[in-house]
Amino acid sequence: MSTVVDKNARHGSSLQQARLPGWAPYALVVVSLALGAGIGTALGMGNPFQMGLLAALVFIVASYALGAVVEGGRQAKNRLATSLVWVCFLLAVVPLLSLIWETIDRGRTVLDGYFLAHSMEGVQTILPGGGAYHAIIGTLEQVGLAALIAVPIGLLTAIYLVEYGRGRLAKAVTFFVDVMTGIPSIVAGLFILSFWIIILGFSYSGFAGAMALAILMMPIVVRSTEEMLKLVPDELREASLALGVPKWRTILKVVLPTAIGGITTGVMLAVARIAGESAPIVLLVFGATGINNNPFEGAQSSLPYYIYEQWQLGNEASFNRAWAAALVLIAFVMILNLVARGIARWKAPKSGR
Amino acid sequence: MKTDIAPTSSAAGSPPKVRTRSTGRAGDKIFLGLSRGSGIALLVIMAAIAAFLTYRAAIAISKDEANFLTAFEWNTSSSPMRFGIAVLAYGTVVSSIIAMLIAVPIAVGIALFISHYAPRRLATTVAYVIDLLAAVPSIVYGLWGALFLVPHLTGLYTWFDDYLGWTGILSYQGGAARSLFTVGILLAIMILPIVTSVSREVFRQVPKMHEEAALALGATRWEVIRMAVLPFGRSGIISASMLGLGRALGETMAVATVLSPNFLIETSLLDPGGGTFAQNIASRFKEAGNDGRDALIASGLVLFVITLLVNGAARMIIARRKEYSGTAA
Amino acid sequence: MAKRIDISGLTAYYGTHKAIEDISMTVEPRSVTAFIGPSGCGKSTFLRTLNRMHEVTVGGRVEGKVMLDDENLYGSGVDPVSVRRTVGMVFQRPNPFPTMSIFENVAAGLKLNGSYKKSELGHVVEKSLKGANLWNEVKDRLNKPGAGLSGGQQQRLCIARAIAVEPDVLLMDEPCSALDPISTLAIEDLIGELKERFTIVIVTHNMQQAARVSDRTAFFNLAGVGQPGKLIEIDETERIFSNPSVQATEDYISGRFG
Repeated sequence: MSTVVDKNARHGSSLQQARLPGWAPYALVVVSLALGAGIGTALGMGNPFQMGLLAALVFIVASYALGAVVEGGRQAKNRLATSLVWVCFLLAVVPLLSLIWETIDRGRTVLDGYFLAHSMEGVQTILPGGGAYHAIIGTLEQVGLAALIAVPIGLLTAIYLVEYGRGRLAKAVTFFVDVMTGIPSIVAGLFILSFWIIILGFSYSGFAGAMALAILMMPIVVRSTEEMLKLVPDELREASLALGVPKWRTILKVVLPTAIGGITTGVMLAVARIAGESAPIVLLVFGATGINNNPFEGAQSSLPYYIYEQWQLGNEASFNRAWAAALVLIAFVMILNLVARGIARWKAPKSGR
Repeated sequence: MKTDIAPTSSAAGSPPKVRTRSTGRAGDKIFLGLSRGSGIALLVIMAAIAAFLTYRAAIAISKDEANFLTAFEWNTSSSPMRFGIAVLAYGTVVSSIIAMLIAVPIAVGIALFISHYAPRRLATTVAYVIDLLAAVPSIVYGLWGALFLVPHLTGLYTWFDDYLGWTGILSYQGGAARSLFTVGILLAIMILPIVTSVSREVFRQVPKMHEEAALALGATRWEVIRMAVLPFGRSGIISASMLGLGRALGETMAVATVLSPNFLIETSLLDPGGGTFAQNIASRFKEAGNDGRDALIASGLVLFVITLLVNGAARMIIARRKEYSGTAA
Repeated sequence: MAKRIDISGLTAYYGTHKAIEDISMTVEPRSVTAFIGPSGCGKSTFLRTLNRMHEVTVGGRVEGKVMLDDENLYGSGVDPVSVRRTVGMVFQRPNPFPTMSIFENVAAGLKLNGSYKKSELGHVVEKSLKGANLWNEVKDRLNKPGAGLSGGQQQRLCIARAIAVEPDVLLMDEPCSALDPISTLAIEDLIGELKERFTIVIVTHNMQQAARVSDRTAFFNLAGVGQPGKLIEIDETERIFSNPSVQATEDYISGRFG
């Protein structure tokens, strides 16, 4: 036996390893928090977040050092990785919680029935008052129109890819759907701008915005529908075809109904995604303070645009309106998400696994 | 539905399609036509995007008296126009790189936390919340960034200036922290959910048997991750990062709300100034005349090409990974 | 350094479900012990308690003692990581690390513990591959991915990987169930050679295999679905297959059930 093996054998002969007791990490957390707060105060950091960072740093170093002294290098590395991963998690949670908290906390100050039912028509922008009704209408119409355009095209494209798609056309479509997913929203807006407004000479309208949103929505619908259709077991298709049902009826009557839950989820998630888009709206819908119910004629507003606009006004009253609108928008998007995920769980496709 | 599976001779031609009634055939043709048409429509849209942007961009660039690629100015209201994208390219790339440097390690950490460290219930909750956070609209991030993050960063930046100011790139003259670095931090927070959820998905797909192989050799949890999880997930992490990068490059409104733009390349990342492609378009659009809009479209075309390249690379890595794991399985 | 395993009063759970109950037996060093029994009788679970892999599963829990010579694997202060290094394991499906080359796969366990010179490593890798009867087949492509080998070769690669760290015991969980007959034969021959150096425990579905490779055989059974699996008897393989002392064993071996 070589020396290498001997070394291992000796190592393996004792299963007993010096280990830190189970409560050590918890004790260390308490100690580091105390140290973080203490040192932080001593250095004059007023910010609890900075103290937290300091505590995290103390914890990482201390648990590594302790592990290295008591348990040896490998265990110490393991402890280091564990504490780093936990710190990553905590580090990420802080800003995200803060975002939600700020939006709710500051949004609720002016969010009430009046805010939801009135526009900004004739409201002095530096004074409190006014609402986001016109923006809500705008968002609903633009997103609705976008969905009307994008869902049929997206669905049919997905059906083509899954049920018919072979050969170079299908490959090209698959590739460009992926490419399309990555188009920045502002670029989609610029495209509609150059094509619809500059070249064809139409004016700014909700519909122009809806077209840009549709471009952003299409690839999402295609992707999610594709995934769902692929989950439909081939046995179902074959069973139907074997009964002499033509392919198109098989797709409509057997495949789509089986996947409908997942498809609905995908569409709703896509809607939630584009409802928050503001860049194309800035370019194409142009923004309005009053109510414009007609998406095909004249400028409109939308919730994301409204937030941007109110933020730009730069005074306390408009900031409050911006937060309130942000709260409405987040609530809308979150409800769509929750419902969509609910449907997905409720109507989970029977994948046969 | 009728099932006339008569033993007709035509059945031999196409085995699954026994039925030969003409209504079925016509229906099939129409349906195929519609769905193929939609696929083609999608291709046409993509082609049109490239074509129209290029067309307008060409018009704008032909009127540009300055060098489009290297000029440090954006003056489209006077004639002749003078504009160039150097500052925008710098700002876009720098802010995205900062975002990646912050977001990717943390996102991988969270993904590992969810897939391998957290107690099960906490893990599912965290995963769910992260997915929901991916749905928060960018303008809300922008609002939060401008009204909450920016005021809270001045302390940190002053600290940077005290200890690292000598480097030049981390000096800070005070004032609102509406700089490229702030943009980078905000973008990092914004792309964190997507990078996390893609990486988590990849880590979850690591075959249990590879992890057990490592465990059975006497590996600690970290060593299991290093031996079995990270190598398996490496290309997944890369493509997740690229997807995040694609988002960061094209992010518009959050940057427009947080950044205090100018058309200079500042030495310090912490001082306000600079700009990005998307932010520049959104900020200048309302004041731009017809020529000015074309100039903005030209810069948009550059952004389009950059994001295409980044996303294309990400997709290629994913595709290769699929093939690879396909043969390995 | 083959060691004796003494198991006493071992019970294992998945959450609240009791998978195996009150198992006591002795596994002799330098011999092959086979575990047989119908599906779900807990023989694989039992195997995984012998290197503390059972507790890796969510909700996995163990009561009882497993003495490796004179050390209890479940004693306080025992590090599961060192247990697994002392008690190696080969799995049902060959699982070489897909991103590593053949060489790296074999060296994987060694690299965990400190640094080795390249030449030392090469020496151990060669020795292990020879020990797994794989050296001649792969010596010219040590830098190729391990996943490129055939199923049987992959399994022998996994055995090489397991013996490279010189464990005291080698556990094998149905190592041939994913392999064709010729590869199976190669593995069985290998087991015969390896028992000169290691204590080997093998779980198998295949009774002929148990009869061919093992010195002693343990038969496990369960009273019904949802009931915990129990050890029915353990004896010399010859006796188990010719003249078992329990009726259920005979029924199972003669194919009357299971």
